[in-house]
Order: sequence, then structure tokens, then C-alpha cells
Amino acid sequence: MDYFAQQLINGLVLGSIYGLIAIGYTMVYGIVGMINFAHGDVFMIGGFIALITFLILISLGLTAIPVILLVVLLVSMAITALYGWTIERIAYRPLRHSFRLAPMLSAIGMSFVLTNYSQVAQGARVKPIPPFITGGYTLHESQDGFVIQLSNIQIMVVITTIVLLAIFTWLVSRTRLGRDMRACEQDQTMAALLGVNVDRTISMTFVIGAALAAVAGLMYLLYYGLVDFFMGFVAGIKAFTAAVLGGIGSLPGAMLGGLAIGLIETFWSAYFSVEYKDVAAFSILIVVLIFMPTGLLGRPEVEKV
Amino acid sequence: MSGERILNVDQLTMRFGGIVAVQDLSFAAERRKITALIGPNGAGKTTVFNCITGFYKPTGGAIRLTHADGREIALERLNDFRIAKQAKVARTFQNIRLFPGMTVLENLMVAQHNMLMRASGFTLLGLVGAPTYRDAEKRAIDLATDWLKRVNLLDRADDAAGNLAYGDQRRLEIARAMCTEPALLCLDEPAAGLNARESAALNELLLSIRDDLGTSILLIEHDMSVVMEISDHIVVMDHGVKIAQGTPREVRDDPKVIAAYLGADEEEAMAVMESGS
Amino acid sequence: MTAPSTQTTKTASGIPALLKTAFINAVIALVLFSLMVGIRTEAGSEGQLTYWTRFGELASLVAAVFGGSIVIELLRQWIGPAGTEKLVPPALQKGMSLVGRYLAPALLIFTLLVPVIFYNQRYILDLAILVLTYVMLGWGLNVVVGLAGLLDLGYVAFYAVGAYSYALLATNFGWSFWICLPLAGILAAFWGVLLGFPVLRLRGDYLAIVTLAFGEIIRLVLINWQSLTGGPNGVSGIPRPTLFGIPLNNSDDGLAAKLGIEFSPTHRIVFLFYLILALALLTNWVTIRLRGLPIGRAWEALREDEVACRALGINTTTTKLTAFATGAMFGGFAGAFFATRQGFISPESFTFQESALVLAIVVLGGMGSQLGVALAALTMIGGFELFRGLETYRMLVFGWAMVLIMIWRPRGLVGHRAPTVYLKKAQAISSDLVKEGHG
Repeated sequence: MDYFAQQLINGLVLGSIYGLIAIGYTMVYGIVGMINFAHGDVFMIGGFIALITFLILISLGLTAIPVILLVVLLVSMAITALYGWTIERIAYRPLRHSFRLAPMLSAIGMSFVLTNYSQVAQGARVKPIPPFITGGYTLHESQDGFVIQLSNIQIMVVITTIVLLAIFTWLVSRTRLGRDMRACEQDQTMAALLGVNVDRTISMTFVIGAALAAVAGLMYLLYYGLVDFFMGFVAGIKAFTAAVLGGIGSLPGAMLGGLAIGLIETFWSAYFSVEYKDVAAFSILIVVLIFMPTGLLGRPEVEKV
Repeated sequence: MSGERILNVDQLTMRFGGIVAVQDLSFAAERRKITALIGPNGAGKTTVFNCITGFYKPTGGAIRLTHADGREIALERLNDFRIAKQAKVARTFQNIRLFPGMTVLENLMVAQHNMLMRASGFTLLGLVGAPTYRDAEKRAIDLATDWLKRVNLLDRADDAAGNLAYGDQRRLEIARAMCTEPALLCLDEPAAGLNARESAALNELLLSIRDDLGTSILLIEHDMSVVMEISDHIVVMDHGVKIAQGTPREVRDDPKVIAAYLGADEEEAMAVMESGS
Repeated sequence: MTAPSTQTTKTASGIPALLKTAFINAVIALVLFSLMVGIRTEAGSEGQLTYWTRFGELASLVAAVFGGSIVIELLRQWIGPAGTEKLVPPALQKGMSLVGRYLAPALLIFTLLVPVIFYNQRYILDLAILVLTYVMLGWGLNVVVGLAGLLDLGYVAFYAVGAYSYALLATNFGWSFWICLPLAGILAAFWGVLLGFPVLRLRGDYLAIVTLAFGEIIRLVLINWQSLTGGPNGVSGIPRPTLFGIPLNNSDDGLAAKLGIEFSPTHRIVFLFYLILALALLTNWVTIRLRGLPIGRAWEALREDEVACRALGINTTTTKLTAFATGAMFGGFAGAFFATRQGFISPESFTFQESALVLAIVVLGGMGSQLGVALAALTMIGGFELFRGLETYRMLVFGWAMVLIMIWRPRGLVGHRAPTVYLKKAQAISSDLVKEGHG
């Protein structure tokens, strides 16, 4: 039971990170109708930028952890958002009205570019950081000495996710930008006729998605204490799996899917085998798509004849 | 109704979530006759079509198809492609669905897929170039050529279907459906978007399909000049239920029909009333 | 890295506007590269992280973006407003299609003569074998993506199944290549059906992601099922192919000894070359035959409009399955060849990158065009080889190439579809009309 509770905590934390990445996938898919294959690598870039900002701040002699965290968060969100914007401008916008496969391949190409750009720029070795936020709470200790731990990092990851999700839900449901986004999702031509700046709205979608991916990158860095140039690929596929699982195009769905994937992966590792945890996540994706092609919270698609 | 029935729709109901698109609809179509299904926009006509051709599974009711040899088929139990393959029901679509990147002739060849598939020994005989397959392919091309002559598209045979003019695409879609050699041909607004001359040509084509080939036709149409001129029997729907049926003359004079159309669209109501006089 | 130069300034034509665009691009580049390039991190010997600055590189990159923006903007004004959309004028395209008619036979004759011309150039022979392997993979995937319009991002899985089938059957049971080759194809096709059956009713990007997941599952299983596959260490000592039982080695039973000529290791390379050429041509021949048969026509119709197919009585599930299985079978053949050529295989050879590469070849070739796929494979693999010296920059160049090629020619090199049957005259159909499929 204690073991189970501990795994539940771990799974929820991992799921929060996946959920943050998944939102980027789901938003882009909702508006432009393409899988942004480079999004996982944007997450990786976000992690790297967070790492480098940390290093600089620490070498500048800053010690106040909340200040450092805030600066790192803002810097990595800003720069990563610019990456998202640039990628859309270079690789996707020229192909917006093109054939369906073209933007997908362009996105795969962009993903290779980012992976190897980061490998060339920062080297292939894993980059660790020392544990930065330490401490935590012991929730429960059983007779046989097993303790349920809730670390400060875990609390931080979950709280940050909830806060960001709240801000983000507000953004999409209450602001002009959110309305423009939903309009573009329905019908870009009509939205443009009604005075929505479609180009800008799509750009903003990529910017927001990338900023959230940067947050996920930072969380990953803090939680696992390392980044490497290849981490975007697997995390990206899993986050996409999460987006599909939750029902692509649905924001709460993406978060829910992220949590589901995080939990599945954690419990599989805990009770079955660590080696096959990714196999489990992918198998679940296949099974869900077969039996629930629109995901958990997706809108059912009625075939128009 | 007096003649022999080919299609019998009994108490057909179709719901989408809470919305009832078609409710307890019963009607029949006779063999070698043209039956028209009319009604204002949103009356549920295309839904009925999709149920008959298997694209929707009806919520309730029965759809029976009786072949000339007396064989009865329950359409509501078959999948879409089996309805075309086994029950021999062919259809066209409201917004034309050709294979735009294939030639006109190829479109008609695809329609004969099942026959050619058997002749090619499910590909194996065809792969080695067996003579039986060559003969079958030649016959298929002959049938296609025959239909291209009928719909006046013979000189466009090697052009891409997507390059045809709108009216030509409509006719090609009918020819493609006929190449499956159906017992019942379902046409979803075949005259939509046609000019008067094309519309008249369509009338002739449909009458010749009925009279020369003996194929039964079920038709959804808004163009009253088509409906009133060629239909043998008309079923009128509104809000998912049948409100009237009968010969063109009976339907035209039915106050319920006029009321339904007046409520929906004045122009169409005028068309109904004026069409016969 | 090239410049983020899509700053579209339609009205801008003067020098100040040009400089402004370039300046903005340079600023963007400065922000993008500031931390990633300007600071280099490295883990020290005791796990602690150190960093040093590289402002020189940063400055030169930003300068390159500035200069690049100006050059690209000037080029764009030179070529005209439609510059990015149609770089190839229609007249040239017409000429190309004329060349195209004689290109295929010429290429085939040249390919047949490659071992004669380059007999003593082992490097070129190896490269030719590699190119032909990708031509074959491209032709195999073309059945699935180009003809049937089903987006398969996990094609490498079938390549892996073929390779491991041969490797394991040959090393464990000592079966010969010629028995294992068909078995590898059949097993791959079997896996294709196994995967295809549940997932083929999915449409579009869902199918893409499921096939990707399947590819990854196969790779992960290969890594983790150590007792069968040897895990990350792979399978080594895979037997070399024989000429129907006669080994191509320096022994007394070897081919050289039997023919009474002097042994040379090149014999085996030449043999492998003709082997893969034969396999690729078989793939090509079967595909061309199938296209003209009802099944092939149904594949293409499926790509054009699935609903219409069903209305015409075509069983779309089995039609998709046959396409999937056919493509998988060719992938399996290619995998068996790969295993026998390398003599060693490991899961590393079957990553998503390979799937993406083969898919890029198919799309660049112009979906559905056999000649296009061959040309694309030659360009991609050949081009890839040119950058071999650059090592780590290779994938960077490859990624940019994919992006730029898609922007340049989203419909691939060969932009026409040849009809499968005609009454009077076969006319090529412009690819603008040809659909890509939803599945």
C-alpha cells in the first residue's frame, strides 16, 4: 500500500511534465492540423536553456533560490518561445496550405535539426546539475521502515503545473487571443474574413506551446537533475501519446492524458519491468486508439458522407 | 402501390445522440421504376440514403431489398461495402466523390473491382498475366466504353476526372455507379448545380437507365423539373417523417406538401406548385 | 544554420528595408543562439558542470544570419514574388519529362554496368549497394504511402523483422540465405497484417503515430529481449550469402576455385551488388504489375477517396491490409539482404531516423512515382555520403535538407502520375489533382 502511494506520487509528477508538453502538441494540432514533430526537441532546448541560465546565475553569485528559479523560468520560457516562433516561421508557414505530408516531413526534418544542433552546440554527453531543491516531507512511515516521501521538487512541479494550467485555461477561454485561437480552429478562412489575424494567432499558438514546453524542460531538469540532447525524442512521443490519449485538440484531455501516461509508466516500472515501460506506454496508445479513436475527452468525429 | 417492390423500408429510425433525424419512416420503391425522395432542406433525406447504403447503422427499423430472383437481403445488417457488393445497391454523393487523380476510364475500372478481382484470381493470376484475366479486363474496358458513350464522355476517357467540368463529373459519377451493374441505383441530388440543358440530358439518361436497362432508381432531388418529369412515385419527407406520397400529380396537389415547402422555402414551394402546370 | 529569413516584407524593396529585415533576423538569431552557442557546458571529471564562453562563434553565426538574410532577400527579389513556389519553370519541366522517358532505361543500363566500371573502387561499390538498398526500401514503402495513401512512420520495423528473421534463422538453425529470404519476407508481411488489422481503420495522423509507436515497440523489444536477440549487442556472425550453395570465399569449394580464377574479395561485393539490384528490380516489377491490376487500382482509389471506394463495393480493410503486407514484405526482403551484407546487426540500425529517411525518399520522389523514388534515394543517400566527413553536422544538414526540399517541392521531384489503363493515349496526370489519402 505504501509502495503504491509512493508510486502514485511519482507518477503524478512525471505525468505533470508530460501534460505540459502534450498541451503544445494538442494546441498546434487543433489549429494547424499537423503533428509538430519538433515539439519534443523544443522541450529539450528548453531544458538546456534552463541549465545554462542556472549555471550563469550561480556563477554570478546569486544564492536566493526563489529568485534564481524565477529568473530561470522566465529566461527559458522567453528564449524557447522564440524558438517555437522561429520554427513555425521557417519550416511550417511556407507549407501551411500545402499537401498534408509536406509539413509533417518538414517537422521531422526540423526535429533532426534541433537534436543535432544541440548536440553540436553543447556536446553529446549528459549534463547533470547538483540537486538544487532538496528536502521534503515524510508523509507516512510503516512498520517495516518503508516511507512515503513527498519531496519539495515534486510539490513544486505539481504546483507550477496547476498554476500554469489555470493561467492557460483563462487565456484560452477568456481573452481575445483565446477566442481567435478557437475561431482559427473552426475555420481559418472564415476567421480571417471576420478580422482575426490568422498568422499572428498561429504564431502565438506555437509561442505558448513552446513556453509551456520550456517549463516542462525546467521541471525535468530539476526533477531528474540532468539533460541531454536526445531526451526530446522519447519525451516527445510520449507527450504526443498523452495528447492523443486525452483526445487531441482538448486541453484538459492533454493534461489528463499526460497524467495517465505518467502513471502507467511509473506503475509499470514499479510492478513489472523497467525495460518495458516505454513498450507499455506505446502499447496503451495503440489499444486506446483502436477502441477509442478520439481519445478520452476528444469530440467524436462523425464521418460526413 | 401495385408493382413488384425492390426496396421496402419499414419503420426506419435514425438518431444521432438526442437528435432524431429520421423517425418511423416507411416507404417502398418499385422495380424498374423511379422513386423520388423529396422534402425541404434538413428533412432527413440524405440520412435515409446513408442508412440504405450502409454508411449509417439505423437505430431501428428494417430495410429489405428483394432481387428479381426473389432473394431477400436485410440491408440494415450489412456493412457499407457489402451492400454495394452483395446487395447490388450503388450510389452517388451530394458533393461528388470521384477519384480526381485517376482518369475517367480508371474511375470506371475501379467500379468493376470485385468482378476484376475474381477474374485476376485475387491478383495471383493477374500477376502472371493469365489469359482469363486479360479477357475480363477487356470486357471491363468495353463496359466502361459503353457507359462513356451513354454519358457522352468518350473523348474525355483518358483525362483526369478532376479536370472535368462540374456537369461532366456528375454524369461520370452516375456512369461509375452503373458500372457496378446495380439492381438499385441511389442518386443523391444528381441535378444539383446543372444548367437547364444538362438537366434535360440527365432526365433522358435516367429514363434510359430505367427503360433500357431495367434498373430501379431511388432519387433525392431538389430540382422539381427533374422530379416531376421523370418520377413514377414520390415520397415527401419533412422533419424526419413521411408527410405524403403518391404520383407526381397527387403530391403536387397535396396541401401538406405545399405547407411543408412554404414553411421552409418560398422559392421551392413555388417550384412545387408550378412544376406541373 | 541558415537564417530565420522568412521576414516577409512584400513592400520592402529598398536598401534600408533590406537592412532592417536583416537586422531583425540577426537580433532574433542573437537571442536564439545566445545561450545555446554562446555558452558551452560540459560535465567535468567528477560530475560537476563547468562552462566557458564562445562569443566568437556566436558573433560569426549572427553575422552569417545577417549576411544570409540579405543574400536570400536579394535572391527572392531577383527571382520574383513566386520564387519560393515554383523554382522550376514549366518549359524546363516539359524538357525534364522528355528526359524522363529515356532516363529510366539509361539509369538501368548504367546501374547494370556499375560493377564493371568501378570494379576496383570498393568505396563506390559499397555506396552503390547502400543506395540500391534504399531504392528498394523506398519502392516498398511507396506501395503503402505513395499508392495506398497510408502514412507509415514505422516502416523500419519490417526492415528489422526481415533482418532479424534471417540473422536468427541462419545463426540458430544454419538455414541458407535462399530459404531464409522468402521466410523473412513472409514473416515481415505477417507482422504487417498483425499490426495492420487493428489499426488500419484509424485515419491520417493517428495511423502515422500508431505505426511510429509500433516501430519503437519492435526496437525496444529487440533491445530488451536479450536471450533471443542478443540485446544491444545484436547478432553477429551472420552467414554470407552463397551463389546457390557455392560460397564466395577463398576455400577450395569457393566460386573462384571452381571457376579456376584467382580469388578476390571484390567478387563478393559484386555479387551483393547484383543481388540487391535483382531484389530491387523485383520490387519494381511487382509494383508496376500490381498497379495495373484491380488491387493496385483499388489502392490508388483508396488514396483518392475511401468513402467512394466503399460505395463501389470495395472492401477497404482488406485492400489496406494487402498494401500494408506487400510493403512490409519488400521491407523484410531488404532487411534479410542488409543482415547478410553486414554480417552483424543490432537494434541501432533500426531507429526512427531510418523510417524518416525512407519516408523522405518516397515523398521527395513524388508519391507513387517509381523513377522519382530511385532518383530521390540516389540524391539523399549520395548527398548524405558527401557530408560523411562532417560527422556530427551530417544530421543537421540532413534535417535542413528535408525542410528546404519540402518547401521547394512539396510534391516531390516527379510531379506526374501515369494512368494504369487508357483508351487512346496515356496522358500524365498533374500531381495537383492527385490526393494523398487520409489513412
